[in-house]
Amino acid sequence: MSRPRPKYLNLLQIRLPVPGLVSILHRVSGAVLFLFIPFLLVLLELTLDSPAGFQRFKSVLSHWAVKLLVIGLVWAYLHHLLAGIRHMMLDLDYGTELPAARAASMAVLVTGIALTVIFAVMLW
Amino acid sequence: MVRREVVGAHYGLRDWLAQRITAVIMLVYSAVILSVISALPRMDYWQWKVLWQTPVVRYATVILIASLLFHAWVGVRNIYMDYIKDPALRLALYVLTIGALLYYAVWSIKILWSA
Repeated sequence: MSRPRPKYLNLLQIRLPVPGLVSILHRVSGAVLFLFIPFLLVLLELTLDSPAGFQRFKSVLSHWAVKLLVIGLVWAYLHHLLAGIRHMMLDLDYGTELPAARAASMAVLVTGIALTVIFAVMLW
Repeated sequence: MVRREVVGAHYGLRDWLAQRITAVIMLVYSAVILSVISALPRMDYWQWKVLWQTPVVRYATVILIASLLFHAWVGVRNIYMDYIKDPALRLALYVLTIGALLYYAVWSIKILWSA
């Protein structure tokens, strides 16, 4: 008996398993980090320009919208880093069984968010 | 008759390995620079400037920038290859991305050496 295929191509109907979620967020966070390279370079340039620039950096960073953006970028960085470490563990054949792969993905997701929350509290 | 075999462009393994080597370089750099910054006695402009003027920090940062930009290129190119089907648009995005990355390279070296 043939089942109707393809089953789901509607992204909103697919319930993505945790490793899949970590994987797509690895891609999204990487793209975000790439897009914000110029923003980070502008900030670095500002801090090193002069004592006045350094102060200006501090005042720019005290704006809530900039803080939100920086927190978002810190999450992207942490998630990308942690998911990348998991990737290399998988390359070395660690945690390739399904339960371990799921647990490690969940750990990546939760650790990334938890560290971001700690950073957010320190920044605010 | 010409025998055509689909064998790919042969850059897959090289890029796969480069992506991991550059990742480890950035991981180590991140850990070291964060420890150094958090160990600064004070956090003011002069401390900050001296940190980035230190030769070992400068050269390590150059290696970081090279790793970052190559890593970004491989990652962004893979994203384009997955989603951009039109060859002309994909080529345009490749050129734009390489241009941007080279610009960032020159810009960041300029920031480091004028610090």
